[in-house]
Amino acid sequence: MSERRTVDIHVPVLARVEGEGALELAVRDGTIEKLMLRIYEPPRLFEQFLVGREYHEVPDMVARICGICPVAYQMSAVHAIEQAFGMQPDPWVRDMRRLYYCGEWLESHALHIHMLAAPDFLGYPSVTALAQDYPAEVRRGLRLQGLGNAIVAALGARSVHPVGARVGGFSRAPTAAEARALLESLREALPDAEELVRWTASLELPASDQEFTTVALRHGDEYPMNEGRLVSSAGLDIDIREFDDHFREHQVPHSTALHSHLHDRPYLVGPLARLNLNLDRLPAQVQDLLDDTGLSWPSRNMFHSVVARAVEIHYGCVEAIRLLERYQTPTAPRLEPTPRAGVGFGCTEAPRGILWHRYEFDERGTVIDSRIVPPTSQNQARIEQDLKWTLEAGDLESDDRELRQLCETVIRNYDPCISCATHFLDLRIDRQ
Amino acid sequence: MNAKPRIAVHKFSSCDGCQLAFLNLGEELLELAQRVDIVHFAEAGAVDPEAPVDIAFVEGSISTPDEQARIQTVRANSRMLVTIGACATSGGLQALRNHADSAEWMARVYAHPEYIETLSTATPIAAHVRVDFELWGCPVSSTQIVAAVRALLFGVTPVPDGDKVCLDCKRQHNVCVLVAHGEPCLGPVTRTGCGALCPRFGRDCYGCYGPSDNPNADSLGARLRGLGLVPDAVARRFRFIHSAQPALAEAARRALGEDHE
Repeated sequence: MSERRTVDIHVPVLARVEGEGALELAVRDGTIEKLMLRIYEPPRLFEQFLVGREYHEVPDMVARICGICPVAYQMSAVHAIEQAFGMQPDPWVRDMRRLYYCGEWLESHALHIHMLAAPDFLGYPSVTALAQDYPAEVRRGLRLQGLGNAIVAALGARSVHPVGARVGGFSRAPTAAEARALLESLREALPDAEELVRWTASLELPASDQEFTTVALRHGDEYPMNEGRLVSSAGLDIDIREFDDHFREHQVPHSTALHSHLHDRPYLVGPLARLNLNLDRLPAQVQDLLDDTGLSWPSRNMFHSVVARAVEIHYGCVEAIRLLERYQTPTAPRLEPTPRAGVGFGCTEAPRGILWHRYEFDERGTVIDSRIVPPTSQNQARIEQDLKWTLEAGDLESDDRELRQLCETVIRNYDPCISCATHFLDLRIDRQ
Repeated sequence: MNAKPRIAVHKFSSCDGCQLAFLNLGEELLELAQRVDIVHFAEAGAVDPEAPVDIAFVEGSISTPDEQARIQTVRANSRMLVTIGACATSGGLQALRNHADSAEWMARVYAHPEYIETLSTATPIAAHVRVDFELWGCPVSSTQIVAAVRALLFGVTPVPDGDKVCLDCKRQHNVCVLVAHGEPCLGPVTRTGCGALCPRFGRDCYGCYGPSDNPNADSLGARLRGLGLVPDAVARRFRFIHSAQPALAEAARRALGEDHE
């Protein structure tokens, strides 16, 4: 007669995630009794800070929600503001916003793959330890991360909290010489990006085959970044204005970030969701390399997120090259906005998934109300669902160290940005 | 034989952006890891928050009871404590909550504010413990970090740079956006260190590196009024990234006529 083991795992500080989270797991008689991704990152109340600010202050302010994806915050905000003011960015601005986003995907994904995720899959505690045995791979990753930062800085002057993006366009256009130099670096980096896709596809990733709903933007003819309709693997297809009719945020006691459900169920946003839902929007060059990996897409293995990130780095390089090859210095890098009263919505594909903003302005362009729904708060419920599935599919009798490592690997695979998740909170008053 | 210096990077209330000054070092990050022992840096994978260290870099401001206690432990275990960035050095953007009824705000954001443990203020590290050196900036740059680490490893105190952004603009031959374009630039009262990025990009500085030495913010406030900014707009210029910093907080109050001296 064997006594079943009691498990109590408490990880007070999750390593290799952005921001502060903890994990609590209790198993009694082979059944999971408690399983929580506890987010204790202090709230920073940004949505309140925005009220009373003028529209032109918004991009600089929302960047501060997240040091890793400030471009995403600026992009969702400027699109929402322009919608409220009835503005259409010109084609040059549209191109440069895509380029700007390519930069952020490159730096954020390269950072996650090499510094946060790869150590899990290869059995190292950190990137510096990994670099001892995989120097070429780590250096390749650092180069791609640096290139992403350089793209963001070309338009934003620096890569963290860049200062160039504004409502209507950019403060400054790169010179023709700067654009050429960047194009040259991207062409040199293309083989690195291709190698990275092959490398991530060759990693021995844990097996996992789960049912989950994916949500991403979908655009008529491009891989989605700044624009598109919101679609899901379960058939959702809505305008971003209709978000509230389908998605519902709610507070749970163990998190300072709100959980989000689609039609009362958890859902996935981020690179795997994006790729699964937009495979037919990849250019042939990216599609061919993806086919060569021998993995089957759309994938139900959550751990293929790391491959999806590499594919998006490859796509980011290809797309940035396309945009820079047709680069021309504009007469003006922006249109001048004319404020008016109204409501505007913005939803763009942050590295970690859809980032939804809604603003209401008075006639002078002062913010009356703001709401921001970041990707990580949307993924929280899905992460807990995945943890439960993985633990139940695995061996709850494994020792604590292994269980802990497994849980942490599952969580890190989502690249949770906890700083973001708690800094954007739903403003609806719901006291019942 | 000397043991390698031990360093830690601690996070408090922040956006994680200043830690990126380390993670964006590229090749130099690997070199740094050779020269020092990184004993705590959760995002980079090292978790040992209570280990004694030679240098602790601290990102973020203090905004919860837990953080109040934790910073004391960090101080007790660190020979040198260096704040990195606006949040740690002046309270940062989230210090805007200090102007408001934070409990009311919490109630508007959360259905169950009782689940959330938070203080009504976000305060700089120096309001709680002794700080040996401050690196300003939102965010700090990798250049600042490398210079500070280098100096500290040689046992030298880094030299603070309290010059104004204007000086950097002159060195770079930037066209003055305030004088030439009437932009409400905060360069005349802002500490240099960023490389005058905003004026270089043709826009107004918004003060993310905090106040320079001897900022004459009242005078700049008057100039901004002259550009057509209403008092509330002038005050908002000063109440942005470093709203809790005393010189800027004072200037904002005076711009609004709240100073009855």
